[in-house]
Parts: sequence; C-alpha cells; structure tokens
Amino acid sequence: MTHRKVRRSRIAAACAALTLITAGAAACGTESGDDDGGSDGGAGFTAPDLPQLEEIGEGEGEVNILAWPGYVEDGSTDPAVDWVTPFEEETGCQVNVKTFGTSDEAVNLVKGGGYDVVSASGDASLRLIAAGDVEPVNVDLIENYADVYDFLKERDWNSVDGQMYGVPHGYGANLLMYRTDIVDPAPTSWSAVFEEDSPYAGKITAYDSPIYIADAALYLMNTQPDLGIENPYALDEDQLAAAVDLLKQQREQISEYWSDYLKEVQAFTTGDSVVGTTWQVIANVAQGENVPVEAILPDEGSTGWSDTWMVTTESENKNCAYMWLNHIISPEANAAVSEYFGEAPANPKACDIASEGHCETYNAGDEEFAEKLWYWTTPVEDCLDGRTDVKCTDYGAWTQAWTEVKG
Amino acid sequence: MNSAAEGTAARPHLLARFGRAAGGLPRRVSTVLHRHPRLRLGFLLGPPMLWLGVAYLGALGALFITAFWGQNPFTGDVVREWNLDNFRTLWESEVYRKIAFRTLGIAALVTVVDIVIAFPVALYMAKIASPRLQRILVIAVLTPLWASYLVKAYAWRIMMSEGGIVDDLGGFLGLDTPGYGLAATVITLAYLWLPFMILPIYAGLERLPDSMLEASMDLGAKTGPTLRRIVLPTVFPAVVAGSIFTFSLSLGDYITVRIVGGANQMLGNVVYDNVGAANNLPFAAAVATIPVVIMLVYLAAARRTGALENV
Amino acid sequence: MRSTSTAMSPAFKMTLRVLTALALVVIYVPLLLVVVNSFNASQTFAWPPSDLTLEWWRKAADSEGAKDAIVTSVQVALIASAISLVLGTMAAMALQRYRFFGRDTVSLLIILPIALPGIVTGIALNNAFRTVFGLDLGFLTIVVAHATFCIVTVFNNVLARLRRVGTNLEEASADLGASTFTTFRLVTFPMMRSALIAGGLLAFALSFDEIIVTTFTAGPQEQTLPIWIFNNLFRPNQAPIVNVVAVVLILLSVIPIWISQKLAGATDGLAGR
Repeated sequence: MTHRKVRRSRIAAACAALTLITAGAAACGTESGDDDGGSDGGAGFTAPDLPQLEEIGEGEGEVNILAWPGYVEDGSTDPAVDWVTPFEEETGCQVNVKTFGTSDEAVNLVKGGGYDVVSASGDASLRLIAAGDVEPVNVDLIENYADVYDFLKERDWNSVDGQMYGVPHGYGANLLMYRTDIVDPAPTSWSAVFEEDSPYAGKITAYDSPIYIADAALYLMNTQPDLGIENPYALDEDQLAAAVDLLKQQREQISEYWSDYLKEVQAFTTGDSVVGTTWQVIANVAQGENVPVEAILPDEGSTGWSDTWMVTTESENKNCAYMWLNHIISPEANAAVSEYFGEAPANPKACDIASEGHCETYNAGDEEFAEKLWYWTTPVEDCLDGRTDVKCTDYGAWTQAWTEVKG
Repeated sequence: MNSAAEGTAARPHLLARFGRAAGGLPRRVSTVLHRHPRLRLGFLLGPPMLWLGVAYLGALGALFITAFWGQNPFTGDVVREWNLDNFRTLWESEVYRKIAFRTLGIAALVTVVDIVIAFPVALYMAKIASPRLQRILVIAVLTPLWASYLVKAYAWRIMMSEGGIVDDLGGFLGLDTPGYGLAATVITLAYLWLPFMILPIYAGLERLPDSMLEASMDLGAKTGPTLRRIVLPTVFPAVVAGSIFTFSLSLGDYITVRIVGGANQMLGNVVYDNVGAANNLPFAAAVATIPVVIMLVYLAAARRTGALENV
Repeated sequence: MRSTSTAMSPAFKMTLRVLTALALVVIYVPLLLVVVNSFNASQTFAWPPSDLTLEWWRKAADSEGAKDAIVTSVQVALIASAISLVLGTMAAMALQRYRFFGRDTVSLLIILPIALPGIVTGIALNNAFRTVFGLDLGFLTIVVAHATFCIVTVFNNVLARLRRVGTNLEEASADLGASTFTTFRLVTFPMMRSALIAGGLLAFALSFDEIIVTTFTAGPQEQTLPIWIFNNLFRPNQAPIVNVVAVVLILLSVIPIWISQKLAGATDGLAGR
C-alpha cells in the first residue's frame, strides 16, 4: 500500500463497514458459519437473490468508477502512470473516476448511486453484498478471470456460497522491517517488536490504527495458546484485554507509530526507528534510498489486505463495467496497478510484464505465503471465528482500546 | 442608539422624496431603510447572523445533541436515545483525562513560547525599525503562512530527526535533539502559529503613541519600568487576542502531533480516530465538548480584557 | 519613530535587534530546508541530500493534479473571501453604528468559528451538512465552511477602520440627500477600502491553507491544495513534488502581497488582524 493515510483510514472505515454487515446479518437471525472465515459466506449472512449478467453487449460509452487513490490512474498524477487511456481507446468507455479515503466513504457513495464499479476492501465488500448494493458477477464473461490465482477465488470476502461477487485485484502483507546494520541477530518472529526489555527499546515502530490490535492478537495466538484466540479479528473481552496489555507494554518501547510511508522511511533512514511493521512497498522505497533494511514475513504469519472489484446493482453501464473488470485484471493493467500501488497482482500473467522481480518481491502467487496472512476484516460483536457462547469486541471497542494503548 | 443614526433620520431629504416619485425600487428601499434605523440594523445584521446562526451555531448545536446519543453496535447508526454514557466513559476512563490535560499543557506552552518570541520582534518592528523596514518585516513574518502547514511540519520533522539540523546545531551547545515527542510538538506548533501572535502584538504596539514612551522616559523612567508600566498594559489585550489563535489552534490539532509527536496523542486525535475511523460520531462529539468548554472559558476571560476587539 | 528610538537604551535596542534577527532565522530555516529538498534527489528527503536533481520540478510542472488543486483552492478562497467580505462588513457596520441588546453575543458569535478548534468546527459542519441539510459534500460545502471562519478577519479590520474614521462624512452625504446605498458606494466604501483589502487578503490566506475543516467538509472529488498535499505527501514519488509546490506557493505569495501593497497601505491593515 502506498498511501498510508489512505490505507489506514480505509481499514478503519472498512472495519466499520464490515461491522455493519456481519453484525447486521447476525441480528437478522442468520447463524454464523462455524468455519474461521476461510470459506464461503463465512461471515454468516444471507445475500439477497440478485441476477447476474448473462452476456456482455455493446459498451454504453462510459463507466463511473469508485476506487482507492492509485487504483485508477489516467496520467493526471504522473503522465507515465496511465492504464486508463488504453482502456478508453479499446472499449470506447469513457472512465469517470471518483476516489475515496475510507471504506465507509466508499459504502456511502455506492449507496448514493451513480457508480458502476467499486474497488472494495475485505470489510466493505461483505457489507455491500449483504445490503444488495452489489450484484453477483458472472466470471465466465470475464476473460482474464481464468488467469487469476485460484487461492484468491471464492474466498469469504469476495463470494457467497461459491458465487463470486467481483474479481480479485491484488493483495499484500504487513511485514516486519528492520535495519540490517543495527538489529542483530536478524529477527524471525514478531517477538522482535513485542518482547519486553527489547535491546531496541525506543526505536520500535508500529502501525497507527486500532486494526493493529490484530497484530498483537496474532502474536498472542502463537505465544499464549491458553487465551484460545482462533482468529485475530475475533476477540472476546478477555482476549482483547490481553492484547491491550501486550500493546501497552510495547508502547513503552515505541519511538513513534507510523501511518504513512514517508514517515516510516524517514524514521528508518535516520535511525529514529530500527524495527517494526511495514509494507513491502515501504521497504522497497527505503532500499531504493540505500537504507540498509530488510522486510520479512515472520514465522507467526501476519495480517494483510485483499481488494475486490465489484459491480453495483444499480449500474446503468454494466457492459462497460464488465469490460473494466476484465481490463483491470488483464496482465498489463494488473502489472501496472500492482507495481504503482505496491502489492501482489491477482493475475500471475502480470508477472511476465511487470518489471523484473516485482512479483518475487511481493511474493505473488506464493500460496504458502498467502496462507499465512490474516486479511484485514472488521471485528464485529458476532464472533468471526464462529463462537456463539461469547460476544466479541467490535471495532468501536477496538478504537477506544487503541486510544488507551497510546495513552 | 447611535446619535448619528438618529440625527440623520430626523432630517428632511429632498432627493429621497424625489427618488420616491421616480419610483426606483432601490431608492424606495433606501428611503425606508433611512427612515427606520432599526430596519437598517436588521438589514445589516440579518444576513451575517443568519449565516452564522444557522450554518454554525445550528451545526454546533446538532453536534452536541449527538453527544447525548449512542451508536448502535450492530449497524453503526446513531441511536437517538438520550443518555450520558459517552460522558460517563469520558469521565471514568483515566486515559481521556490524561490526554485532556496533556493537550491543555501543550496549548498553554505553545502560547507562552509564542508570546516570548513574538514580543521582542513586534516591539522592534513597531518602535525601532524604519517605516520601510517595518513593511518588509511584516511581509517577512507573513510569508511563511503561504507555505503549506503540512510541508512546514514535515520540515521540522526532518530537522529534529537523529542527525538532523537541530542535532547538528545542538551539538555545538552540547544539546541533543529532543527527538520526536511532546517537546518537538510544542516547538513545531509554536513555529506554525507564531505569525498569529506577532501581528496582533505589533498592531497593538503601533497604536501606542510614541509620545507616551517619551513622556515616561522624560519623567526619568528607565527602559525596564517603561516597558512594565506603559508598554505591557497597552499590549496586554493584543497578547490575549493573539493567544486565542495560538491556544485554540493548538488545542484542536491532530496532524502535527502525528508528524513530530512520537507515540503521543492529543484530544484532536481522539476525536479524529472516533469519527474518521470508528464512525462513532456521538462519542467524538462528547470528546469535542472538552476543547469547546475550555475555549468558551478562555473567551469569557479574554472578553474582560477587551481582547476580543483586537482579534 | 525616530524619537521613540531615544526612549530606549541602546543596549535594549540592540537586544531587540538581535532577538528579531534570531527569530527571523528560525522562521526561515525550515522554509530554506523545503527549498533545498525540492532539489533533493532522495524520494523521502533524507538529510543531508546526497545528490541534487531537477526531476521533481519537472514532474511538478506535469502534475495535472497539483494544478487542478491550486485552481480549486483559489476558487474556494476567492468565493469564501467574497462572502466574508460582504457578511463581515455588514456585521462590522451594524456593531459599530448601533447599540443594541446582545451586541456582545454577536461579536462572540463571529469570533467563535475561528476560536473553536478546527476539528470541532469540521465535524459539526460535516454532520450538519449531511444529516440536517441533506447536502452532498463538495465545492459548495467547502466554501460555506471557509466563509464561516473567514468572516472574523474582515469584521475586525473593518470594525477597526470604522472606529477610526467616525461617521461625519456619511452624515454629510445623507444631508446632501444621497441614498443609503449611494452613501455606501461613494463615501463609506472608499474609506474602508484598505481595511477590506487587508481583511480579504487574510481571509484568502486562511482559506487557502486550511486543512482540518476542509478534510471534513470536502467531497471526495474536490481537492483543495492542502488536501492534495495531504494525499500526496504520503505516496512514493509524489512527496518531493509537494516540496516543489510549497516553494512555488511561497514565491507566488508575492502576488497577493504585492496587490495589497499596491491597492492600499495594507501593512497596517494586515497587522490589524
């Protein structure tokens, strides 16, 4: 993720969004699934019965897109960054793009109408599906869909009961970055940022968002099995308290929390921070600046994100919308956007086109890597891990907990 | 009633009558307005009060009503049931008190730092510099206002990093950079708001007649006592006026502290996180009452000094 | 001025001179740093710069986003200033010319939008626009928000001017039979001109660099310059362009200052804030 700001607020919003859906669905009496969110309709709600497109006809001449900043670039930011113009020339669909800063904003805009496609994060996507704002996508009509990594298909944030609601766009992980010249031995575990009395106290950095609580929960999942954490986004009160305690202990050793790439690269460049969470793209920028840093996926796995392109139910330009879905996961566009944005592409063929090493850098297609990721999901009262005997803490509670952690 | 308004209203107006005969609507309105000062007052005061009353006071009112509502954890929607839960949370949780006092301390410190820096500069500008230099200095003080807030804050971030300029300079004096934290936050905020303090003090000093200073000196007073007895009392309202800016701008800030504040947070961050991230407007509104109450008390105190006329 | 100089001891004057010089150094070092960083080859402006480049300037020249944002900001600031000029002048005339119940409350109400922290104003307006008025956030809402907190700068400048000039000329005009509007056009307005310029300029500056209130009142489509900066400061390859834009802004600020100097002895007006 290149925009930390964006990423952060988006999570938050996303989270809020997710809360709504799942929780809302639960309130309707739908039983939550008993899986850990790994399969169809894991969030446990009934999707409205909506038809999907049967065939793609003539383009309508325009398509209105809602997207994260950086997902739809037409050269106005940088003339060299443009994967919209080729689409317009090829299909005759004029692209109108509106960007949003948070998933909440995205959901509100979709509900307001007037848009054909939206790039939704894992949290917003379910909410949109549950509300009937987006419709099932007939992936047979999308030529490039066949190329997409299988492990991104029919996951709980982009499908219900095996029915896809969009096409996967790309994904990424929250990694552990450290200064190779200072941190010795090289860390392999999140304990590098969570252990007590770290030799690097005062030089540790962490992501500035309530969602970071999930990182602590993930660590506890491995180090304190007694707590019974099954999913870092499904914490009951005791589990949340344990995570908060861990984070408070970490707080004493934090140099600063980061929320934008510039801040983090600067801190690692000057040595104000030497170890902490990061995104691959940040590590790349730092390495590009000759800062001796390395970013790894620790043994415990990590948190991450995965986005989906969806078609709105109210869309009046569905043909152009499908054409866009097909375009954005085409090898060329997917390579361009994933490189510009700094994440793994959804289409492996993008790797042949992207600059050398791009896919290796982001571990694109590495299933083992992908399996270790817990994609950002909004914590909701109705436990995501399927527990029904307790109430889980929701994102509002996480926000207040995060305030308390920072103190 | 202002004597001017009353006086003129009583006099005959040949042209006005003529105008009415001519039948121009503006002229008729003008005449009516002229005849009825109250109406004129209403005409003048109506639009701004409507704007501020509706757009602003209404908005504030709506916000604080929201503070007494709650949020439905299922849907995230605002639940319109009156309760004090948000305020209870604020009151009972120690962390919010701590953040409130920290924010208050930062705002006060920023204000003091700005006064200390601004006073000598303003005094030099107003009473020593030649008129030409005076103009140049005013521009020099104003220019930084045009460079973006964020860019300036980031410049300070770079300067205060390890091995940054502050570190280098401090090295001469045997000082370390304060690093990122509360000290850096105070310095950066004080820098950002300094022009808002210099200008009112300068204006206040300019209004102070030179003759008063001379008289004081002629009566044998030294520089020190002159400053204390003549200058300080005169500029006090101006200082208070400037402090309204530095204090309130610091009180609500959440961006600077994120850039240079290390792991710290201020009240603004709490509000921002709750409204922007958690979408919990009722709680954010409750938190927002803290700076509002502080500012209202501050303004009430400032009004006694006559400072509001100087803002 | 000269005579005042004699009112202070030479040592004291020297102290003031040195302190002023020091303050100016502190004011300008960060700005210089921004200038240097606009040439810094490092994408994240690592200090000290290892290499210099003109690339960011070239990229900035090509950045449509930055140009659009500047245009939006200028539009917003101009309209907001215009509104606050009208409303601020009216309020100032009302308060200066009339005594009425609640006069103090009115002046407090005018100051309030700028005296309350931006984030409070921001979320209050955001909430009101969306839920009470049912407006979509966009250009209009930014302008309304900005005008609200800009009124005070015009109000104060005009009020100070009106106090100084009194009402004699207006009375004379009325006695000669000029209508209320004619008197305003031919007498009152010219007297207030420099105060209006000063107030308007400050309103423009306040609006132009406002970020917090704008964050909450801008729709996703309209990017004012501060919002553009906020969004781009955090993107790889874009952050250095922000430095360039900041330098350009500092240079461009000469224009409004030059205009104000040209149109009025605006320095005293500017200080009148």
